[in-house]
Amino acid sequence: MKVLDEKHRLATRWCHWINFPILSLMIYSGGLIYWGYDPYRVGLGGTTLFHLFPDWFYNLTGIGHQLAYGMALHFLFAWIFALNGIAYVIYTIVSGEWRELVPNGKSFGEALQVVKHDMGLNVPLPPQGRYNAAQRISYSGIVLMGGLSLLTGLAIYKPAQLHWLTALAGGYEWARWEHFWLTMGYLGFFLVHIGQVIKAGWSNFRSMVCGYDLTNVEGTHGD
Amino acid sequence: MATDPELEIKRRSRRAFIALGAGAAAVVGGWKWLNRGMGGAADIPPALRGVLGFNETVVRNALYSNDHLVRTYPASSVGNIKVNGDDGLDVEADPADWRLEVVPYGKSQSSAKLTIDDIRGLPRYEQTIDFKCVEGWSTVTQFAGARLSEFTAQFAPGSEKAAYVGMQTPDAVGPGAGPDDDEGYYVGLDMPSALHPQSLLAYEMNGAPLTQGHGAPLRLVIPVKYGIKNIKRIGRIEYTDTRPADFWAKRGYDWYAGL
Repeated sequence: MKVLDEKHRLATRWCHWINFPILSLMIYSGGLIYWGYDPYRVGLGGTTLFHLFPDWFYNLTGIGHQLAYGMALHFLFAWIFALNGIAYVIYTIVSGEWRELVPNGKSFGEALQVVKHDMGLNVPLPPQGRYNAAQRISYSGIVLMGGLSLLTGLAIYKPAQLHWLTALAGGYEWARWEHFWLTMGYLGFFLVHIGQVIKAGWSNFRSMVCGYDLTNVEGTHGD
Repeated sequence: MATDPELEIKRRSRRAFIALGAGAAAVVGGWKWLNRGMGGAADIPPALRGVLGFNETVVRNALYSNDHLVRTYPASSVGNIKVNGDDGLDVEADPADWRLEVVPYGKSQSSAKLTIDDIRGLPRYEQTIDFKCVEGWSTVTQFAGARLSEFTAQFAPGSEKAAYVGMQTPDAVGPGAGPDDDEGYYVGLDMPSALHPQSLLAYEMNGAPLTQGHGAPLRLVIPVKYGIKNIKRIGRIEYTDTRPADFWAKRGYDWYAGL
């Protein structure tokens, strides 16, 4: 028979679904700010493979000529991003759910198994709790990245008043570089995440919205 | 079990998706509310202006101190800072003809028309700092000049009590009605930042007198603010409790622009 199985707690779902639009707006407004000075590129030595960003990208997305607006948006949504992230971390620690999230000794080996399985190789999935090993690593990583975005962002925002933090990030220019590439990391995470959600199917997605999924249990004496 | 799990999850799912949809509608509504009164690309909506003011209050109470000095560098590490704007610099300034008007706190007229030698008569400070543009770039640059705090004590004593300092270029005629009918350049500063020990009235840059493009004969260097506050070719300094207009604040940037 089938029973309701709680997959995601209410607090986790709230933090996740608040974070989604807020992080999107942070990335958008961050793009408006980056346009003001866009020196980063992918390349080796003097060879540039790809400049971030080419003109066609700015034209296509309309990200440009709005530095003042971008800064104002960024310094508003940063509050919500930070408070929501801190609330999630506190909840995860206090509730003890961190035990199901943070990678353990087996995670790194098992994560490789998960990746092989997902790539279609004939490798079985390792036994898992709420999150599999690959999820433990990537979801913990994304929370850690959020914290780093917050810190490097503050290091750029107030390099005079928080000079120690800016120094810790390696200086003003490094802080901006780190902040930028963390954002690129979110975009990479997002692509893989969406792919995995589509692959996992509807009931998995539904469980992130309503919290529950149906699970088959064996035997008939269950209540 | 009392309820059918299939029905139960449908019920829960319907409720949760309605909540998610309501949340999405709230985000769209909130976004529209936030952007109301957006006057075009030249300015930002009033709600965001309010947020910038709130952030300044938080930073000022939680972080700001005049004991927090910006990092200084050896003079050998200076870069080649670019001229990034020429508002207020239409006509070349002759240092011999140039005069600085000073309007002390509580006065409406300038009490003095100072020459560059009056400024050079004050104790000279050299500092090599990372000059930060609001666009995102920065260049290590050396400046030499008088401290604004010591200038104030000498030429406008008692004006430290004012809440603000306003500065403008000689050709400024006050802010116009819109961004396009401005004459010259003008900035407003909060007094704590103006009195910061690294806020200089600078007459030298990278070991030479200021060039025309960098604001000869006298410019402000205030490293606790973005470059937009570091006005070139100052013609007038006024101490006031009325928040002075600011060239880039009028174009949507944070009035404080503090670092």
